[in-house]
Amino acid sequence: MYVAVKGGAAAIESSWRLLETQRRGDPAITELSVAQIREQLSLAVDRVMSEGSLYDPELAALAIKQASGDLMEAIFLLRAYRTTLPRLGYSEPLDTARIALVRRISAAFKEVPGGQLLGPTYDYTQRLLDFALLADGEDAASAPNELSRHTQADGLGGANEQALTVSGPVTVPRINDLLAREGLLETPQPSDAAPPGDLTRDPLMFPADRALRLQALARGDEGWLLAMGYSTQRGYANSHPFAGEIRRGFVSVELLPDELGFAIDIGDLEVTECQMINQFGGSREVPPQFTQGYGLAFGGAERKTMAMALVDRALRADELGEPRVAPAQDEEFVLSHADNVEASGFVQHLKLPHYVDFQAELELVRKLRVAHAAAIKEAA
Amino acid sequence: MMDQHYNFAFLDERTKKRIRRALLKAVAVPGYQVPFGSREMPFAYGWGTGGVQITASIIGLSDVLKVIDQGADDTTNAVNIRRFFARTTGVTTTEKTREATLIQTRHRIPEVPLTAAQILVYQVPMPEPMSRLEPSRRETIKMHALSEYGLMHVRLYEDIAQLGAISRAYDYPVMVNERYLMSPSPIPKFDNPKMHMNPALQLFGAGREKRLYAIPPYTAVRSLDFEDHPFEVQRWDHACALCGATESYLDEMIVDDAGSRLFVCSDSDYCEERRDTGHVGTQQAVTLHDALATPADVITPSQQEAA
Repeated sequence: MYVAVKGGAAAIESSWRLLETQRRGDPAITELSVAQIREQLSLAVDRVMSEGSLYDPELAALAIKQASGDLMEAIFLLRAYRTTLPRLGYSEPLDTARIALVRRISAAFKEVPGGQLLGPTYDYTQRLLDFALLADGEDAASAPNELSRHTQADGLGGANEQALTVSGPVTVPRINDLLAREGLLETPQPSDAAPPGDLTRDPLMFPADRALRLQALARGDEGWLLAMGYSTQRGYANSHPFAGEIRRGFVSVELLPDELGFAIDIGDLEVTECQMINQFGGSREVPPQFTQGYGLAFGGAERKTMAMALVDRALRADELGEPRVAPAQDEEFVLSHADNVEASGFVQHLKLPHYVDFQAELELVRKLRVAHAAAIKEAA
Repeated sequence: MMDQHYNFAFLDERTKKRIRRALLKAVAVPGYQVPFGSREMPFAYGWGTGGVQITASIIGLSDVLKVIDQGADDTTNAVNIRRFFARTTGVTTTEKTREATLIQTRHRIPEVPLTAAQILVYQVPMPEPMSRLEPSRRETIKMHALSEYGLMHVRLYEDIAQLGAISRAYDYPVMVNERYLMSPSPIPKFDNPKMHMNPALQLFGAGREKRLYAIPPYTAVRSLDFEDHPFEVQRWDHACALCGATESYLDEMIVDDAGSRLFVCSDSDYCEERRDTGHVGTQQAVTLHDALATPADVITPSQQEAA
């Protein structure tokens, strides 16, 4: 006689053990440390922090290790950790004009106040595999002191910050502010006194204001934003963007405790910020001027922030009186599907048993086939 | 043994309080989808996070918890969720429907009638019953506000016109308290009548979609139908092969290469309880034939073996 399949619990425990084996790989190879991941896979760490919505390089590195390098799984781990953390309050808005620069470029002007700074970028590397890295040991040419031009230790940032930045925090005016001074670029005004919504506390409802949209995009999947942004360049939503400015660097986070009455610096964040400048013909109320799309993410995240800025701009269609004709302009479509923790979970839930529903469908299709057979017989 | 590294039932108390407030609203407006600040959970979205958040918000030390998936207590996802609560709350768990005070379910309502002392928590993937007809939530929220459900009726009518029957076999739409159209979650329509005037409180959680809703005890729940095409539930030509039940929802298993099928109760506790009280089924698999095959096409397993 048939015995129902039992042992889900035992199977799950075996699965955990196998997962450990998979994560560790060949035990003859030295185990990867969390510190090594944090320092040597820093762009992966940055992505996990951005989409995991938690600035903690060590925990992000731990998540990457635990997930065997599956970044979406690592993002999920970090989200599940942060979900019940208490909120201390809102920081003051980040002042990205005051920044310890790692990189800063403008594609709109040849020279800009504060200068162009190429910084670490893959853009001009020619993408030839560097076989020197295959050999064990450091490649002499990439020794950290070659990169470092910043020697003054201010005690705030980590070793990485000092190695990457050209100076301590300095004021580097943002290109957008310079354009706005001439009226050529819109100047977004802070919305009224109400504090911005928090989509990690309250569900995202539509229509969403720009603050909420930007939150959703900042934690949105890089691949999704890239594809959506790309679609706007190919004619799905008419966009003529210029990379007004991309800057990467360390900015300080300030908190204004009620009992103190003045802001205190609670630490530094590394961010990448992208300001896209888009043409806008003007309307009856607004004279012709440029409009902007905005992107911001933790760490080195140029692709993500550029794509985010394109999508942000496309999502402003209603506000700017543009026709909504493309997927990238549909905020409900873009934002409802941008979160990879949600998307990955729901796509993969198809792995769960669906015997009951499939049985219901089987029963229905069989019944319909019987009815179909009867109808054929009758007709004959 | 409770894991001391986490708060009771994992969620922090403020989050639980917010969820309970949303639940109160849901109970006050039966069938209405209440948006709530769904949290990321240590389960993937789509794997029961809505139900888990409800259970975590209402579970207490004296509760006895049962978790089922597809009607069974021993499916991997049910095991995983039950262990999560055992670990984070230390409450007693059970596989017996009658012993449970709190039952979290995916895709089934237990066969044993529930009582006023029980709460049934459903895991819901798509809380919006019209999502396949109108993907925009902005639009469907408006339609619910106006009780504008013509779209759904037209859809059901078109099914009848084209197929002769309504093609929804699970997640079959219901009207709650004659006001809100509601998704019963993907339970088979077989279970729909159990929701009507049920003495137990029924709570529904959709974590990824960030919605909660409820059917308070003794609330009218009507499956949509037409006068000339009344709602009906699934029936099988077979009884459960293990316990002989003819009134339960059956799972189908393929037990050999020739495609022989074994039909057994999907509700594992119900089946076990019947067997414990002496009920016995045929213990036999059955062969099903293609309704559209000509007699010559039909090959019985014994003929196939002979060939």
